[in-house]
Amino acid sequence: MNLELTHFSAAVLFAVFASVVFGITQRNTMPEQVRYGLYCFAMFVGGVFVAGWIMSLLRR
Amino acid sequence: MPDSTNATNRVAAPAAPLTAMTIVVPILAWLIPGAGHFIQKRFIRGLLLMFCIFAMFFLGLAMQGRIYRPNGGDILDMLGFVGDVGAGGLYLLTLALDAGKGAISHATADYGTKYLIVAGLLNFICVADAYHIAIGKKP
Repeated sequence: MNLELTHFSAAVLFAVFASVVFGITQRNTMPEQVRYGLYCFAMFVGGVFVAGWIMSLLRR
Repeated sequence: MPDSTNATNRVAAPAAPLTAMTIVVPILAWLIPGAGHFIQKRFIRGLLLMFCIFAMFFLGLAMQGRIYRPNGGDILDMLGFVGDVGAGGLYLLTLALDAGKGAISHATADYGTKYLIVAGLLNFICVADAYHIAIGKKP
């Protein structure tokens, strides 16, 4: 089996899995876990966009 | 005025009691990601953790990621091994099946290698979490 994801989809999938684990393990109650998981996801994906724009600007 | 933060005045936190669960849980959680939570009746947490780590690991293999083997060579290879070995049973199974050879012919194989390492590292966090539940530090 050979799965070829795009850079973006690989990064988003990575963010989903890592955020779920961070949310569950780093907070105690369910609402806190959900909030922290969403926060981590936003940070991961936001980081992807920021890094993408920086690389795009450096390339010009 | 005496300094209450002085080390001599500080009361040591009581050590976690050594029970069968405090030994079994980390070992089981390492061998089977999520099982440490299952055994303590945290079924939803365990299921989510198991799904995330299994999915990451198998996606890594599907992307032709490389599994690091025990070696004393390059420092980066050793760090990769430490990350990979965190996946416990999944790592041992992959070694036994002689999978995870990696491919350098396409760019996403490198993503696969990172997925495999991070799956192991996330499982280390899950092991610590399961242990904290076992000693009563976390609900």
